[in-house]
Amino acid sequence: MNWITNFVRPRIKSMLGVKETTPDNLWTKCPSCGEMLFQRDLEAAQYVCSHCDFHMKANARQRFQWLFDDAQFEELPFIPVAADPLKFRDEKRYPDRIKEARTKTGQQDAVIAAKGTIAGVPAMVVAQNFAFMGGSLGMAAGEAFIAGAERAVNDHVPLVLVVASGGARMQEGILSLMQMPRATVAVQMLRDARLPYVVVLTDPTTGGVVASYAMLGDIQIAEPGAVIGFSGRRVIENTIREKLPDSFQKAEYLLEHGMVDMVVHRHKLKETIARLISMLMKTPVSAAIAKAVAEPEGGALVPDGVEADAVPPPPESEPQAAQ
Amino acid sequence: MSTYLEFEKPIAELETKVSELRKLAEATPGMNVADEAARLEARAAQLLKDTYTKLTPWQKTLVARHPGRPHFYDYVRGLIEDFTPLAGDRGFGDDNAVVGGLGRFRGRPVVLIGHEKGNDTKSRLKHNFGMATPEGYRKAIRIMDLAERFGLPVIALPDTPGAYPGLVSEERGVAEAIARSTDRSLSLTVPMVCVITGEGMSGGAIAIACGNSVMMLEHSVYAVISPEGCASILWRSADKAADAATAMKITAQDLLALKVIDRCIPEPTGGAHRDPLAMVAAVGDAIASELDVLGTKDGETLKRERREKFLRMGRSLAA
Repeated sequence: MNWITNFVRPRIKSMLGVKETTPDNLWTKCPSCGEMLFQRDLEAAQYVCSHCDFHMKANARQRFQWLFDDAQFEELPFIPVAADPLKFRDEKRYPDRIKEARTKTGQQDAVIAAKGTIAGVPAMVVAQNFAFMGGSLGMAAGEAFIAGAERAVNDHVPLVLVVASGGARMQEGILSLMQMPRATVAVQMLRDARLPYVVVLTDPTTGGVVASYAMLGDIQIAEPGAVIGFSGRRVIENTIREKLPDSFQKAEYLLEHGMVDMVVHRHKLKETIARLISMLMKTPVSAAIAKAVAEPEGGALVPDGVEADAVPPPPESEPQAAQ
Repeated sequence: MSTYLEFEKPIAELETKVSELRKLAEATPGMNVADEAARLEARAAQLLKDTYTKLTPWQKTLVARHPGRPHFYDYVRGLIEDFTPLAGDRGFGDDNAVVGGLGRFRGRPVVLIGHEKGNDTKSRLKHNFGMATPEGYRKAIRIMDLAERFGLPVIALPDTPGAYPGLVSEERGVAEAIARSTDRSLSLTVPMVCVITGEGMSGGAIAIACGNSVMMLEHSVYAVISPEGCASILWRSADKAADAATAMKITAQDLLALKVIDRCIPEPTGGAHRDPLAMVAAVGDAIASELDVLGTKDGETLKRERREKFLRMGRSLAA
């Protein structure tokens, strides 16, 4: 490591728009089970650990590649906003934090919208990248979401949101809070146009994001194990003065409490979304949908959340009869 | 007398001296302290005025949370006739941090929604210090539905440290409740007027603060997160709350400049808690003038203008 690799290379990468995922190492350690995973296999497995099924974080462009047919999509241009409206400074200047995040992720801000087809059904996908300042919701993210919704309305296609965010971007203060109503107006545009809005909650989705557009989907999907909640775990533990169980605020906990429709494995995400939007858009079953539904990457036809209810286990034989 | 805030100490000293002098004079016949008392009183008044024209954002936060500041029920008592509270979310329970109901405001029937913090230990506990559970926001949605169905204007008075950060809030979906309440506000075809009377913190406030007109009291604050919360995340120390309050731009004056709010309502000298009745009346006048303007518009226009106002927000700030 020297100044060229540390400084120059990320800059050149960001200028050229090179993906951040270009592996520096051949192996990646699973943050959940600690298993060493071969980078190429991990990418092929969409960053799901082949040993423990842990769903790792993914960036916006990976999401597009995994959801859109043939990994083909058209990104909407970045909409510039006021760079530092509050002249905010904590331990660092806000513009410096933005610069760092841009270099690190190769994205202009946390949210990107893109258009493509999902199993032949034209759709917009809006993806929020946790790696960009915690996926925080600021003015640029709000504009990107609104632009995605406007384009969906204009082209009469459904909108899929794949979200990961720690919540509001504090460095934009009240203007960050205002993205909650602004993004909500965008959801209302989709609703007025009778277009499906499907939300995929991924790890983690918290704070102001989950308390606005990320909870207003016609269908709410969550990835397994994703942490989803309004207040932070530590804040709640301080309030109630109790330790919370590990399962608290996980996707499965939300399913149990009626907050999401289903928990879907990443390998079945595209198939599930394709099935949902094609039905909601009343698209005739095309060869592409039939293929995607018949051969989902990962195998089973139904998402986890539905599976349990749809196929009840056979009744066990009564113990006393056996004796 | 009243509760003094830390930065009001010099004022407190002068005012205490005045009342001690007066007491002494009463107890000692023939002693003439009128001149001295009047002089000290004038000094105290001047100091109060000077202090309150130069409040820092953190001092404003403390004023906004002052225990003697008028709260929801004070405004209802002063402004609303025939107030009829409505309870329950029809799903799980009734929350007392978000309260509301029907009433007559200067003759016209309206619906009211707001946070109540309580003003003594017992009522503070009852209202959970203005921190609502999901049921509070679901009740707000019900009340807004009622307003929509019967064509009544909505008056909302957000004043909360934030939604209740507890287990019960999470398991019953406080995020969804806030999202739906925001959503409902933005689809209303009746006028909605909001006045942030104390502290409007985070999603807990925005859920009932998306009006055609959003006003703030002169020393109220409105922020994406409490200064303490911001400080503990960005500075890793809640002691930096004053710095966070300044950095986040949370005062009515800042928010008016950023065009996030529509109007700032002046407070009596020394803050709303020094003259609650005058404050309540001033808020009433401001609401009435906003409703007069909004009352001339049809439902679709009200909805469209409200949405456009939020979509415009921030776009005029130079890129």
